[in-house]
Amino acid sequence: MNTLILRTTSSFLFTLLLLLSVFLLFRGHNEPGGGFIGALVAVGAYALYALAHGLSAARRLLPLHPLRLVGWGLLVALLSALVAFLLGKPLMTGVWFSLLGVKVGTPVIFDIGVYLTVFGALLSAIFGLEESAKAHRSEEG
Amino acid sequence: MVAAVLVAFAGALGAPWVYRGLGNWAGWGLALLPLGLTLYFASFLPAVLAGQTLRHGVPWVPSLGVSLSFYLDGLSLLFALLITGIGTFIVIYSGGYLKGHPDLGRFYLVILLFMASMLGLVLADNIVTLFVMWELTSLTSYLLIGFNHTEFRSRRAATQALIVTAGGGLALLAGLILLAGMGGSWEISELLAKGEVLRAHPWYLGALVLVLLGAFTKSAQFPFHFWLPNAMEAPTPVSAYLHSATMVKAGVYLLARLQPALGGTEVWNSTLMAFGLATLLTGATLTFRHTDLKRLLAYSTVAALGALVFAIGMVPLTSYYGAVGFATFLLAHSLYKGGLFMAAGAVDHEAGTRNIGQLSGLFRAMPITGVAVVLAALSLAGLPPVLGFLGKEVLYSAALEAARPWMIGLAVLGFAVGATLALILTVPFFRGRPPEGVHEGPPSLWLGPVVLAGLGLLVGLFPGLYNPLADAVASAVKGHPVEYHLKLWHGLNLPLLLSLLTVFLGVGLYFLYPRLQDWMAREPVPGPESAYVGLMRGLMRFSSGLERLLQSGSLRAYLVWTFSGLVVLVGLALLRGNGLFWPQLPLGPHPGQAVLLVLMLLAALAALRLRAHLAMVVVVGIVGAGVAIIFLLQNAPDLAITQFLVETLTAVLIALVLLQIRRIGAVPRGRFLDKLVALGFGGVLTLLMLSMLAQPMSPHLSQFFAEKSLPEGFGRNIVNVILVDFRGLDTFGEITVVGLAGLGVYALLQRLRREEKP
Repeated sequence: MNTLILRTTSSFLFTLLLLLSVFLLFRGHNEPGGGFIGALVAVGAYALYALAHGLSAARRLLPLHPLRLVGWGLLVALLSALVAFLLGKPLMTGVWFSLLGVKVGTPVIFDIGVYLTVFGALLSAIFGLEESAKAHRSEEG
Repeated sequence: MVAAVLVAFAGALGAPWVYRGLGNWAGWGLALLPLGLTLYFASFLPAVLAGQTLRHGVPWVPSLGVSLSFYLDGLSLLFALLITGIGTFIVIYSGGYLKGHPDLGRFYLVILLFMASMLGLVLADNIVTLFVMWELTSLTSYLLIGFNHTEFRSRRAATQALIVTAGGGLALLAGLILLAGMGGSWEISELLAKGEVLRAHPWYLGALVLVLLGAFTKSAQFPFHFWLPNAMEAPTPVSAYLHSATMVKAGVYLLARLQPALGGTEVWNSTLMAFGLATLLTGATLTFRHTDLKRLLAYSTVAALGALVFAIGMVPLTSYYGAVGFATFLLAHSLYKGGLFMAAGAVDHEAGTRNIGQLSGLFRAMPITGVAVVLAALSLAGLPPVLGFLGKEVLYSAALEAARPWMIGLAVLGFAVGATLALILTVPFFRGRPPEGVHEGPPSLWLGPVVLAGLGLLVGLFPGLYNPLADAVASAVKGHPVEYHLKLWHGLNLPLLLSLLTVFLGVGLYFLYPRLQDWMAREPVPGPESAYVGLMRGLMRFSSGLERLLQSGSLRAYLVWTFSGLVVLVGLALLRGNGLFWPQLPLGPHPGQAVLLVLMLLAALAALRLRAHLAMVVVVGIVGAGVAIIFLLQNAPDLAITQFLVETLTAVLIALVLLQIRRIGAVPRGRFLDKLVALGFGGVLTLLMLSMLAQPMSPHLSQFFAEKSLPEGFGRNIVNVILVDFRGLDTFGEITVVGLAGLGVYALLQRLRREEKP
């Protein structure tokens, strides 16, 4: 979609949407939002950019393969669940502590895991499409 | 004891790093683990020989009665010593035999994991622990048989062994659960005390059949014996360790362990004796078909396992001969067979062939291995003064006390083949000249055979060394204390005459061996293996038929199958439901909702008429957005946001796909079947919603979450606190599914890409 307006604004919107997604992730515990919603917004940011600049350009904006994020997300979620277990409480009990004056809890870390997994999985699907299409094109051209 | 088993597992997991650090010396280094465990278990000898039983456990899943509890008496101690003791030499041997193999680190890992599981199996007191360890030995055996995974034959043999033993394992699981239910306890030590209750229980026969299926498959009893010779595709250390000395004895162990609880009934005695004898003869007969050293030994292992089961069947019928014969023959067989296998591997390693016809003059080339083979073969033949002789003598005494004459005759025939095999194995060492360049292997290759065969001689000469432990084992199998005096010379009696007869028969059969072999090679008889092959082939045909039907590769067919399946299943459930409820439309404070609903309906109707893909996506998106607005109006902002985002991303994804496909025509007109399925699906979902609304709604849960969210979850957003805290485990399951779905989509697209590239 080669409209000038979309091409120009999408770069700004991309950054803004990513910021929004992180904001949604962290405010989710008290206000509408959360890891799942945040991840969807982040994927939306990439999708918008891809529509404007093409999938390959969008892909260059992510330094690592999104499938890796799936692994990391699951690992983070699992580790956050294990914290309570290692402290002798039932698995996944929320453990809260203060880090440099900020209240941090394992449920928040768990939500970060959710964010990474959902983001990675959806983006893998989108980028996978691009790769298969590229192979198609190189075959035809 | 718990710590010892855990240390064994931990040591196994560390093995690849030890290998990386020590290289070719890793075999010797890693052998310290089983060696240490051997010494540790040997330290229990005084207590166990004094008649004590030790029990130790920690809770595992206390709510289900599962504990990591272990139990040490004569029987488990003998097995633990065999597993760790032979394991020590096997690890050393592997270092020499597989020297330089690229996957040696992995090999150490799996074989030590096997050792730890086998140790856990024979020590386990808790039924669940026993079963978990039992399955672990099947799995590690699978990995070890298939170690040369690039070879089709290894893969096939590994799969066959796994299917047979794991299939039996399922039966065993059911049998053990029945036993636990009958006896009211998950601990074997407590079940053993309730033998009379168990035997009188109406489930006794069912539980017995299931347990026997597990034990017979694992210990390669007729008609499941065929997997064991095929498992010889494994590297020789594995054959020596798993498939002769230890793992295949797990079934025998279980039968011996449960003998005091289940044994003594007519069914038990006759079934075990019949199958034991049948296995003994099957193994003995099929020995004649082969010339490969390892296959010969494998069939002789089948025969020996049959003899052991035969012995357990005789335990209740004899005063003590059955139990003592079991204890003695078990040790004798593990020692000589482990030694012979390792020696066979050494010969293969040095001479480059395992074919008995191509080997000659080995004694001059490999004198140390030669001595070990001769000693082990004496034990195999059951000749004095080695342990095998003692074992066979006591077994004959037991048979004379318990068995019918024809059974004794068959047993003599079976053991005679042992003598024949001993001749077959030793003759190549003395006949002819050694081949060029064949010489003794490194110490790692001959240490095991020499020590094991030497122990057989030592115990044979001084039976007093083993006598106390044999009594302890026999007591455990018999169920009450047994004392017996093991000695080489019992005077001129019937067992000795049977022994003499065995040897003469064996020598006679040796001269018939070439002719028998020709004859048996010419007339292949379909055995139980063909039943297995037929079963597997039928299964494959069935599943490929099913695949052609369901996985046709057409998206429309997938949707038709999925949706019509859902219609049928949900529809059936609805038919049994509690009726429907016609909802009051909750228009309430927002009359605009009515307008919204009309708009959504119009959009849905439009989707049916449109012929352009992108336009369809847009109108379907309108329906979704309408739902999101309703969520918003009903004070569910989280749901509304999610719904909006999902709608947006779905539209974008479809748009991207459409952009990639490019060459795509108009949407085809719906076919009749499609319309039917779509109508059915929509209708069933509507009915489902209505019937859900008919359920009385309990405010209990929502109240709980609303009250506890802030004080206990430290969050004001109840939805989020439910997701990441109260119901975190569900969420974890869900994100795992999302992650796997992403992985699946990606892999599928990659595959498409590969297939398109010629």
